[in-house]
Amino acid sequence: MIKIERLHKKFGKNQVLRGIDLEIEKPGIIAVLGPNGSGKTTLIKSILGMVIPDKGSISIQESLIKKKWRYRERIQYLPQIANFPGNLRVRELIKMIKDLRQQESDDKSLISLFELEPFLDKKLTTLSGGTKQKVNIVLTFMFNAPLVILDEPTSGLDPLSLISLKKLISNERKKGKTILITSHIMQFVEEVADNVIYLLEGAIHFNGTIDELKNRTNQTSVEHAVAAITKGTNV
Amino acid sequence: MFKIFKYSFFDLMRSRWSYVYFLFYLILGFVLLFLNNDVSKAVITLMNVIIILVPLISTIFGIMYYYNSKEFTELLLAQPIRRSSIFMGQFLGVSGSLLLSLVLGLGIPFVSYGLFKSTAIFDFSLLLVVGSFLTIIFTALSFNIAISNENKIKGFGYAVLLWLFMAVIYDGLFLMSLIVFEEYPLDTFSIAATMFNPIDLSRTLILLKLDISALLGYTGAVFKGFFGTNLGLMTSLLLLILWALIPIWRLIIKSQKKDF
Repeated sequence: MIKIERLHKKFGKNQVLRGIDLEIEKPGIIAVLGPNGSGKTTLIKSILGMVIPDKGSISIQESLIKKKWRYRERIQYLPQIANFPGNLRVRELIKMIKDLRQQESDDKSLISLFELEPFLDKKLTTLSGGTKQKVNIVLTFMFNAPLVILDEPTSGLDPLSLISLKKLISNERKKGKTILITSHIMQFVEEVADNVIYLLEGAIHFNGTIDELKNRTNQTSVEHAVAAITKGTNV
Repeated sequence: MFKIFKYSFFDLMRSRWSYVYFLFYLILGFVLLFLNNDVSKAVITLMNVIIILVPLISTIFGIMYYYNSKEFTELLLAQPIRRSSIFMGQFLGVSGSLLLSLVLGLGIPFVSYGLFKSTAIFDFSLLLVVGSFLTIIFTALSFNIAISNENKIKGFGYAVLLWLFMAVIYDGLFLMSLIVFEEYPLDTFSIAATMFNPIDLSRTLILLKLDISALLGYTGAVFKGFFGTNLGLMTSLLLLILWALIPIWRLIIKSQKKDF
């Protein structure tokens, strides 16, 4: 599905990615973890072609993505901070994205799932952070693509919406999709993820299942395991 | 590209500033015609306004639009759309809405004054052509500045400086160098210097067509002597096209390499 080879990226003097090698073959949920500034978002943006790597290659479904754009039809992406054009109404934004992607979409059920009907005619600047995130989720999940990338999907969500989100994610997984998630909420990761990739200072320090992570660090919870791996003990 | 253009264009058409810009030209056109009572004279006055104002408005509009639509751009970048289509679409949207304001704002008063019966119709259309070129050139230049500068304040500063340089400082330096080096033959130098400034180029172009020797100035005279009226017109038009194409080309190249 995704194959990354020796990926390097530097922003100015700051070396963000230092030779990432990663291969994801099987469908399932993969959590990308790591402290702030470890290169999670840069990695994801490289896959999307928003950041152009200095060295290395990325292929999705056996084809290199360099200088290509059509492959993004096969990705559903949820950006970290929902930055939307403020002068648009929610309804217009959804219509616009549908028009731009020209793919089959199902926004109605998602809108009712997150109870967004009263906000449809409101401008995006007037929405609260949580509501914006719900709109963001609708925009991501209304399409049907084999690869799903979620950057901090839980931010700003209330418990009820969080349950809906988890249900959505598990539905996508049942469809046999590959789902990449970054999150700082370990409880959420423990609940949904099959595999964990741990990034530290732009390199992969751990790649395996949650149980392997716990065994390797002799910890009982993911939270402590991650803390242990960050401090460099038991690794 | 067309879809991005459509969204940018209609977004701008809903904005108040497009109307302000349109109304400004509408009022300017009517006032000039009312005061001059003559289409040809109004065209000359208008030229002086357009040559300074169009670059200023296009630069400011372009840079503001780019920075304000950053979120929109980021949203689009994750969609299956070519990068060049995103930026070209936005660029065409901005320059398109500015052109519409310019052409309608000036067209309505002149047409209602009886432009089609007057002999000045070619002069007037040349003025619109030059105004359109300046709009495209300076919008493209401002997009170039914006894409190279993440910092809004810096980008805005450079954009205003660019306009100030092209519209005011360049002519001052040019005149000064003519005085300092007056003992040398300066024909080639002054022709070259004119070509490197789209505002000077536009001015020369219009004055060549209007054939007003008093306003032609040194550059114009040299230009006319060198190329003759028709060749001079063709050369300066060609150069204006180059002036438009080079920043657009750089914008496309730069947009391919940028990280978001």
